[in-house]
Amino acid sequence: MSDSLLTSTLFLVVVAITIAITIWASRQTSGTTDYYAGGRQFTGFQNGLAVSGDYMSAASFLGISGAISQYGYDGFLYSIGFLVAWLVALLLVAELLRNSGRYTMADQLAYRMRQVPVRTAASVSTVGVSIFYLLAQMVGAGTLVALLLEVDDGWLKNLTIAGVGALMIFYVTVGGMKGTTWVQIVKAVLLMTGTLLITILALAEFGFNISEMLGQAADQSGEGAAFLEPGLQYGTTTTAKIDFISLALALVLGTAGLPHILIRFYTVPTSRVARTSVQWAITLIGFFYLMTLVLGFGAAALVGTEQIASVDPAGNLASPLLAEAVGGGEGSTGGAILLALIAAVAFATILAVVAGLTLTSASSVAHDLYANVFRKGRMTEADEVRIARIAAFVIGAVAIALSILAQDLNIAFLVALAFAVAASANLPSLLYNLFWKRFNTRGAVWAIYGGLVSCVGLVIFSPVVSGPVTGTALFPDSDWSYFPLSNPGIVSIPFGFLMGYLGTITSRERASEERYPELEVRSLTGAGAEGAVHH
Amino acid sequence: MAEDVTTRQHEAYTRIHASEEFSLLRKRFRGFAFAGTVAFMAWYLLYVLLSSFAVDFMSTQVVGNINVALVLGLLQFASTFLLAVVYSKFANRRLDPIADELRNGYDKEIGR
Repeated sequence: MSDSLLTSTLFLVVVAITIAITIWASRQTSGTTDYYAGGRQFTGFQNGLAVSGDYMSAASFLGISGAISQYGYDGFLYSIGFLVAWLVALLLVAELLRNSGRYTMADQLAYRMRQVPVRTAASVSTVGVSIFYLLAQMVGAGTLVALLLEVDDGWLKNLTIAGVGALMIFYVTVGGMKGTTWVQIVKAVLLMTGTLLITILALAEFGFNISEMLGQAADQSGEGAAFLEPGLQYGTTTTAKIDFISLALALVLGTAGLPHILIRFYTVPTSRVARTSVQWAITLIGFFYLMTLVLGFGAAALVGTEQIASVDPAGNLASPLLAEAVGGGEGSTGGAILLALIAAVAFATILAVVAGLTLTSASSVAHDLYANVFRKGRMTEADEVRIARIAAFVIGAVAIALSILAQDLNIAFLVALAFAVAASANLPSLLYNLFWKRFNTRGAVWAIYGGLVSCVGLVIFSPVVSGPVTGTALFPDSDWSYFPLSNPGIVSIPFGFLMGYLGTITSRERASEERYPELEVRSLTGAGAEGAVHH
Repeated sequence: MAEDVTTRQHEAYTRIHASEEFSLLRKRFRGFAFAGTVAFMAWYLLYVLLSSFAVDFMSTQVVGNINVALVLGLLQFASTFLLAVVYSKFANRRLDPIADELRNGYDKEIGR
């Protein structure tokens, strides 16, 4: 379908640009604040772009437009949850976290609690969420690159995953937060520009009449008007409806608990700039999801739902195929150029997101586990950065190995799981810590492990892992799916909050309560918060 | 034990925490943030419930091929943009001046 030479060339251009940025950034990185937080020198607009870059993964770019092209309206439901979720970050988390922490999610808990248990718990959930998310992206990268370059060879797929992994290790170990942030910025600009171009070209095919595009999409989908209504993907049984509500909860509450999003707020000089970053992120992400609506319905209308599914059953190639169609169709020069362009944008997207995730995990392992749990803070900055680089290397290598083993897992499921764990394990302790004086170490530890274990446990006993219900279960022939829902959020999120509450009221920790006023003053006013580094 | 602060820092934090300005800042912030969160969550959950349990209503045609479901979905986008802008205005006018004053006082007291 594609012009492999052109696509490969553009891929190499993306790789060359990002490597150049990384090397440039490495020359300006010296201490821990540079390595973990990019010196806290980014502007609101720059960080807004970087946050969008971290957030708009291949799962949203390819996955949502693909889901819309296959299931119509139901695909759009994802984008709404993903966007509304930013209000939690804006109103409750971003600014307070910026003022009360330093490098990792655990910092703001450790401010008033016992270091070892809370840092260990927060690090476990950080690495857990990031690994689920990382697997989703890398498995996606393997499939995507194989499809785009038309190599349907298991060996080449593995090589692609290893290549993506090697690049991500390079960005993170060499460039640190500064390099990774600039890679996100470049990726966000490429993604927004590429998406805008295809959106305009697609709308032009219908004389910019959205109603006409929707009508043709409904006709071409083979579903008629039902394609524009809720219910095609999630079905009509009560279980399916509760499952959907459960997913909707995880999406809206997960974002503000994603560690790789949270540590972005440390890269700016003040909490006010953190607020501006979220404003920009909401604007950019909102417009992006509006455009994916056009991409999805446009692809259904111009390429056809079945045609898209014949190339990839999940519909993940809807956007690239739409680009080819609006460029002049298969075999045309315009079509080949636009297809290669969108493929390169998707590739840049994957590279940037996996780098952000690896950096987050490595920071947490080095700063929380090694520096503060293992060495009790007795080490130099240079030592800590060295450990962070080694951790990035190890986590990257583990991610490559797991991705190669996990190639048959469903990507959308892994992303939804990452959001569910973030909402169940991270959000409760984050909110309790910022707003509840009585909250303490046992509460935080119970909330994190309770949310994490209930979430992963329910998934293990769900129809996604075993049994014949979904048709795509890992073990379709044996059945231990005692929990009927695929999405655990509706149970595990309240459970995380409940465990945090129970842990707190069954123990008394004077130190944590005594330090709460400090935390409160610091988080609301920024008095004593970490400042920017000036070189 | 958690991150350490000096006695002077601790005293400064305690003084600020006890001040009327800080109580006002906290009251204003929590008032807006909690009310805003309840409002957008309720509005979002209403939308999710309508999408699951009121498919017929959602399928009503508004104009051309555009139905209620699409309009409500787009309204979720609009309300998100709106709340973000309103919060920002509110924070600039009603929160930042108090926070700045308290922080400057702290910096002076600690001597940075």
